Amino acid sequence: MANPRTKKAATTALTTTVEYRIPVWRFALVLGVFLFLLIVVAGRMGYLHLVNQSFLAAQGEQRMVRDESIPALRGDIEDRYGEPLAVSSPVTSLWLNPKLFDAANAPKLAASLGISTNKLTRRLKRNRQQGFMYVQRHLPPEKANKVLALKMRGVFSETEYRRFYPASEVTSHVVGMTNIDGKGQEGLELAYEDWLQGTSGQQRVVKDLLGNVIKQLNVSAVAEPGNDLKLTLDLRLQYLAYRELKAVVQAHKANWGSAVLLDARNGDILALVNRPSYNPNNRATLNAKDMRNRALTDMVEPGSTMKAFTVAAALKQGKYKADSIVNTSPGYMRIKHKTIRDHRDYGRLDLTGIIRKSSNIGVTKLAHEMGAEYLWSMLHDAKLGQATALGFPGEAVGHLPYPQKLDKLGLATLSYGYGLSVTPLQLAQAYTAFANHGCVQEARLILTNTQTPCEQIMPEAVAKDMSEMLETVTQKGGTGTRAKVEGYRVGGKTGTSHKVGKEGYQDSEYTSIFAGIAPISDPRFVLVVVIDQPQGQEYYGGEVAAPVFGRIMEEAMRTLQIAPDQSKDFHVAEISTL
Amino acid sequence: MASTDFSHQMPVAGANQAGFERSKVLFARIHIDLPLLILLIVLCASGLLILYSASGQSIAMVQKQAIHYLIGFTVLVVAAQIPPRIYQLLAPWAYLLGILALIGVLVMGVTGKGAQRWLAIPGLPRFQPSELMKLALPLLVAWYMATKGSPPKLFTLAKAMVLIAIPLVLILKQPDLGTSILIGTSGLIVLFFAGMPWWIIFSMIGTVAACAPLMWFFVMHSYQKQRVLTFLNPESDPLGSGWNIIQSKTAIGSGGIEGKGWMQGTQSQLEFLPESHTDFIIAVLAEELGLIGVLLLLTLYFLILLRGLHIAAKCSTLFGRLLSGSLIVTFFIYVFVNIGMVSGLLPVVGVPLPLVSWGGTSVVSLLAGFGIMMSMYTHDVK
Repeated sequence: MANPRTKKAATTALTTTVEYRIPVWRFALVLGVFLFLLIVVAGRMGYLHLVNQSFLAAQGEQRMVRDESIPALRGDIEDRYGEPLAVSSPVTSLWLNPKLFDAANAPKLAASLGISTNKLTRRLKRNRQQGFMYVQRHLPPEKANKVLALKMRGVFSETEYRRFYPASEVTSHVVGMTNIDGKGQEGLELAYEDWLQGTSGQQRVVKDLLGNVIKQLNVSAVAEPGNDLKLTLDLRLQYLAYRELKAVVQAHKANWGSAVLLDARNGDILALVNRPSYNPNNRATLNAKDMRNRALTDMVEPGSTMKAFTVAAALKQGKYKADSIVNTSPGYMRIKHKTIRDHRDYGRLDLTGIIRKSSNIGVTKLAHEMGAEYLWSMLHDAKLGQATALGFPGEAVGHLPYPQKLDKLGLATLSYGYGLSVTPLQLAQAYTAFANHGCVQEARLILTNTQTPCEQIMPEAVAKDMSEMLETVTQKGGTGTRAKVEGYRVGGKTGTSHKVGKEGYQDSEYTSIFAGIAPISDPRFVLVVVIDQPQGQEYYGGEVAAPVFGRIMEEAMRTLQIAPDQSKDFHVAEISTL
Repeated sequence: MASTDFSHQMPVAGANQAGFERSKVLFARIHIDLPLLILLIVLCASGLLILYSASGQSIAMVQKQAIHYLIGFTVLVVAAQIPPRIYQLLAPWAYLLGILALIGVLVMGVTGKGAQRWLAIPGLPRFQPSELMKLALPLLVAWYMATKGSPPKLFTLAKAMVLIAIPLVLILKQPDLGTSILIGTSGLIVLFFAGMPWWIIFSMIGTVAACAPLMWFFVMHSYQKQRVLTFLNPESDPLGSGWNIIQSKTAIGSGGIEGKGWMQGTQSQLEFLPESHTDFIIAVLAEELGLIGVLLLLTLYFLILLRGLHIAAKCSTLFGRLLSGSLIVTFFIYVFVNIGMVSGLLPVVGVPLPLVSWGGTSVVSLLAGFGIMMSMYTHDVK
């Protein structure tokens, strides 16, 4: 361009104008060429606008119109009275597109969220090639909105639902948990995934190149929330059972413990607790050991608690009555290479005495008399060693050996609860026979109107005899006196089984069990307590599990306002109801 | 600037013959060509409207561009006051300065987007010396041809060709193929108007055609080849090099005859269209105002061309005629190349739409060119 500095220097450049007119036809040619070019360009534009219009308009639509799914609200899980056990609430997750996000904004973003700038920068670096990266998930909507208000390029939000478990570790084994994406991972959350999850909806939106939603066009499918799930659990009983179990597992430094409380009339599981447990609201602290729902997934040898079924089978067969005498002297018995012992020589015992004293010799003699087939049928009918109807993920089946495989020794050990394995829940389910007029009721966790009919496995009279025999265990001279409940008649059977180790049964490792029913005058509840590997001086079922049984049963009956049935307190109860 | 007072007048010549004649005299005195000025103002005003929409309703950008226009028109008025004699004197020096600046770019230029095109001299705003050359080369060639007299001798033409080739090669080195071709063309146009014999014209066209394959293998950079390949088949790389052209075609086509309405274009407003405020701004216009808007704009450019050619024919000096002819033809080539590129007729070469695309340097140098044309037209040198 013009540079004034050069003005005087240009003296040589003279304007020697030679008259020359540019021929008109050169202009005409230029004009003609340009007119032609103009028509070409206009034609091209017209072609795009007119001929290609619908195709290109559709192409344009494809770029900005997006179908998006609307997340569906997951169904709640609640106890039998509607107390929430698992609920979902809307939260906001922030994500960013590392290709659009300006790394210089990282400190600002980190500060607004209260997270480490270094970590965020490192994650940004790692995901540089990606188009998507979560910044932080499951934020309270207000907090997320504050960050979004900063209007940083490439930062977006999406609505998700976060699962909360109000009863936390008390119900975690039953309810289970979802993963961060809201899919069931454990327990009923997993088993009833399809029922709970609902159907996500679809909407059509206009988005710009950065992914911001400009406007909503229509909703082609409304998100349908999942169904609620009502459990048979009674949260009050669940809490108190958990409290007592936790205390005893701690006091005895046990490996683990379980308690299952059933309503024998309908099989409802009122409480099902395990220790150790976990907090499903905090995924950071999870470990697999704590997450086992031991009452369903872990098998134990039921030990002496099986004697009740051996005696019931003898009564059912008809050769024995409750007061029939069996001679247990001299307190030991040699079968093949093994000697079976009682604690001491109990001498002549009636069947009630066998239960009360938990005589191995007594049940062995009964079993040998009735034969393997008969005992096996009784245990099989009681649904021991078979999968329950719960359909719970990871549930153990247990094991009941076939009678053909049982020799004399095998039959003897089976009669007092060795050589088979059951879950605590199966044991409780089997005991419903004694509390429900001889009829086994399948356990259930989901509260429904339909009720599977119970199966009569022994005459009603036998069940009545058995319940009274079981009561003597908690009375003076019984093995389970510490299960006694003031004001109520309770009955049950202790069990202490040696654990199986690498070299057969371990002398110093026990599983301590108590299975019982209450109230005896009109039995309704079955409670099984299993404590695995209690440490210290006390390890018998009567010493470790029975007291827990007593405490849980006492509070459960008071909570459920069951009328006291022990004669000396009877009048008090009558007066109080007046 | 006084000329803005007339912006409300319709750009159609001959509406009011008597008034027009009177103002013609007035404007001849201040060396302004009124019809051309009005056409330019209308063009720039439409440019601002399109830019407002294309920039995503950015008032700040519109204000900046308005300032560019203001500077441009000031330069135009100033340039129109300078008599042609001065331009003739300045021509060789401007050319020399331009060559020095181009060498400076190659030695110490600033690199941006893979090419060395900018020169940053401390104390001066950053600028592209090739923009300076767009004016300096036609100036020089017009001066040279006017001095030698017409019709030109063969040797004169050959020397002029060398003068054209020097800056062309320098710009090619940056590399900037598009600009070097356009600048070379502006020089050749002068020769054409100066009366270059036909046999030379045709043999040049033949040579270019023959050399095109050689260019492909020896001169063109890989990114330039990629552009040509993309132009031939944009769908081969729809998310990469084909993205721009596919997006712009989509934006144009989805506009239809009447368009989607000002600021209603989805492709441009939702940022699917790249470079929507610079090289691809006509796609925004096409989407939002439709075919009608495009035809109106093309008509505006054509009227400018007509007036420009009229000026080029009526200048009193040969220097003025040659220079004006080259400037107006180059201006229209820009228009054609830009629209051809956006609509997929030509490869993407990075040429802005004259006076409408965002950018200060190009607006100022184009308006300066029009100022020079007005100077040539209105100064009587007899």
